[in-house]
Amino acid sequence: MSATTIDTATGPGKLEPSAGRQGTFPDAKRLEYAMTSFLQDLGATAALYLEACVHCGQCAEACHYYVQTGDPKYTPIWKIEPLKKAYKRHVGPFSFFYRLLGLKKAVTLAELESWQELIYDSCTMCGRCALVCPMGIDIPSLVLAARHGMQAAGLVPRDLWEPTDRANREGSPLGATKEVLKERIAWVSDEHSVEIPLDRDRADVLVTVSSVEIMKYPTSLAAIAKVMRHVGASWTFRSDGYEATNFGLLAGDRKGQRDATMRLINAAIAVNAKVVILPECGHAYQALRWVGANVYGKALPFRVLHISEFLAQEIRAGRLTLKTDPRSMTFHDPCQVARRGGVSGAPREIFRALGADLREMSRTPGLNWCCGGGGGVITVHHADPLRYRVFHLKMQQVEETGADVLVSSCSNCRLTFDDGQAHFHWDKTAQSLLEIVANNLAETH
Amino acid sequence: MNGASLLDFARGPAFEAALAIMTFGIAWRLAGIFALARSVDRSEPRSRFSGLRGLRIILSRSWPRAEFRERVLEWDIVGYLFHIGYAVAFLGYAPHILLIRNLFGLRWPGLPGGIIAFAAGVSAASLLALLGHRLSSPVLRQLSNFDDYFTWLVTFAPLVTGLMAYYGIGADFQLMLGLHIFSADILFVWLPFGKLMHVILLVFSRGTTGAAYGRRGAPV
Ligand code: SF4
Ligand code: SF4
Repeated sequence: MSATTIDTATGPGKLEPSAGRQGTFPDAKRLEYAMTSFLQDLGATAALYLEACVHCGQCAEACHYYVQTGDPKYTPIWKIEPLKKAYKRHVGPFSFFYRLLGLKKAVTLAELESWQELIYDSCTMCGRCALVCPMGIDIPSLVLAARHGMQAAGLVPRDLWEPTDRANREGSPLGATKEVLKERIAWVSDEHSVEIPLDRDRADVLVTVSSVEIMKYPTSLAAIAKVMRHVGASWTFRSDGYEATNFGLLAGDRKGQRDATMRLINAAIAVNAKVVILPECGHAYQALRWVGANVYGKALPFRVLHISEFLAQEIRAGRLTLKTDPRSMTFHDPCQVARRGGVSGAPREIFRALGADLREMSRTPGLNWCCGGGGGVITVHHADPLRYRVFHLKMQQVEETGADVLVSSCSNCRLTFDDGQAHFHWDKTAQSLLEIVANNLAETH
Repeated sequence: MNGASLLDFARGPAFEAALAIMTFGIAWRLAGIFALARSVDRSEPRSRFSGLRGLRIILSRSWPRAEFRERVLEWDIVGYLFHIGYAVAFLGYAPHILLIRNLFGLRWPGLPGGIIAFAAGVSAASLLALLGHRLSSPVLRQLSNFDDYFTWLVTFAPLVTGLMAYYGIGADFQLMLGLHIFSADILFVWLPFGKLMHVILLVFSRGTTGAAYGRRGAPV
C-alpha cells in the first residue's frame, strides 16, 4: 500500500530505533504522561461507560476484526483495558479500595506497548460496536481517549506517527503543501478547462480538500470546481486552510488536532465564509463538524457541510440539476460521515436525483461494514494482512448487492478499496460520488 | 444458629442493614460518577430536537438491530429468559408483594405458586446456561473477573434457595426460608458494588450515547 510515501522522519521519533516509540524521555515519564492524559479524559461520560459494561461480549460480534479472526483480543471493550484499569485504580467511586487492597494493579509501560496493536492497528473507530452494545457504550470515544494517552507517552505506531508529525510540520500529512496544492490546481484547471479559485479575499463558501485527493485523486478538484460553477456559488480554496484531514485526531495528538482544525476555522473567518464544505473524507467531517466548535471553544461562525450534504442541498434548491445515470450502484457509507456523523440521507437524495438503481448494503443506511482503512489504520503497514482480512468482509458485502458500480464519498475509503482491489484482483473500483455528480451535470444556459 | 433465629436475623436486622447499604452504595457510586467533569458539546445539533429523539435508544437498544441479530440473538434470548423469569418470580410471588407493600405501600395481585416456580426454574436454568457460556466462550472468559462470577452466585442463590423452600427440599422450611432471605440480603448489599448496578446505570449510559448520537443525527 502506498498511501503514504514518507521521507525520513525529522521529528522526535528519529532518535529511537523502536518502531512504535517517539521521543527520548525515560520510561517512567512515558507512563506518567499516559496516566495524566488518561485522567484528563476520564470525565463523567467515560466513567459512566466504564462502570456500565456488563462484560457481555456482544461488542465483539459487531467488530470486523473479531468477526474475521475469532481472536478474543479484538473484543472492542478489551482494546481499552489499560484505560479501564487506570480508571478503576485512580478515578472510580471505589478507587480508594482498589488501591488500598491492591485489587487493581497500576498500568505498566509494557502493557501500554502491547496494547498499541489493539488501540491503533485494529480499530478503525467505525462505531459498529457502539450500536450493538446493550448498555449503549460508545466504545470509539474510549478508544480515542486511549489514543490520547498513547500519544502523550510517545507510543503511536511509527507509520501513523510519521504522517501525523509531517502534518504538524508542513500542514499536510502526505506532502500536499501549499506549493503542491497550487501546482495541482493550476494543472487540473488547465487539464479540465475549469476555473479553480484560490486565495480569494472574500467568498461565501470555503471549500477544503483531503490531501489524499490532492495526491491521488486530483480529478476531484475539477469535479468540485465544475459543481460550484454549475450552481453559481461564490467560493474559494485557501492556501492557509485547505487540508481537511486531521491526523492529530487519528493519532490521538490533541495539539496537532487543534492546530489543524484552527487553520480551517481561521481561513473560513478570514474569507467571511458562511459555509465550509468538507471533502469526501470521513474523519475530516468528525474533526470539523462535530469537534470543531469544541476546539474553538464556542459555536462556529459558519455552517459545516460534508460535500454530499452540500450536493443534496443544491439539488433540493433546484440549483443542481443532473442527467440520468441509471446504472445499478451500491453506496459504501463512510463510517465517520454516516454511522458516526449522521449523514446518510444526503447521498441517497443524490442517487435519486441521478435516477440510479441504488442497491443498499444494509437494512439501515450507515450500518454497513467498515472498509477497514479508517482511524488511520491504512497507514499502518505492518497491519496490512489483518486489514485485508477485514476488507474481505466488505468485498463480500459489496458483491452481495449485485450492483455494477461501487460508490463512496470518502477518499480514504477509496484508497482502501483501491488497495484491496489490487490485493484481491477484484474487478470493482470504488467511484467518488462527487465525481459521478460532476460527470452528470445537466447543461446549464 | 437454628432455622428460626436465622430467619429472624435475615428478615430483621440483616434485611434492614442490606437496604441501608444498598441505598448508600448506589448513591455513592452515582455521585462518584456524576461528580466528575463533564464537557459541554458546542457543536451545532443536526436539528433542534435531534438530541432528544436519540433518547429512544433507552428502549430501542433492548433488542438488537437486524444487522446484528444473526450473531447475538440467541444469547440475547437466553438473557431475556433469565431476566423475565427473575422478574416474574420476584414481583409476582405473593409474599414478595407483601414485603413491597410494607416497604412502599404499593400492591398488585400475585400469581399462582406454580407459575412462580416455573418462572424461577426457567430463570435458574438460563443462568446456568449463561454461566456455561461465560466459561466456554473465549471472548467472555477474557473479559470476566471476580465481579462476573460473584454476581452470578449472589443472583443464583436466592433463586435456588427460594425454589428449595417452596418445594420443601433440603433442610427444614424455616432454615431454607432463612437462607433464601439471607441470600437476597446479600444480593441487595452487593448490588451497588458490582455489575448488578447496570439495572440503574443502563438508563444513563444508553441515554448519554442516545443524546450524543441523536445530536448528530446518527443512528442509535
Ligand atoms: S469502532 Fe469498529 S473497529 Fe473499533 S472496536 Fe468498534 S467495531 Fe471494532
Ligand atoms: S457489548 Fe457493551 S456491555 Fe457488553 S462487553 Fe461490550 S462494551 Fe461491555
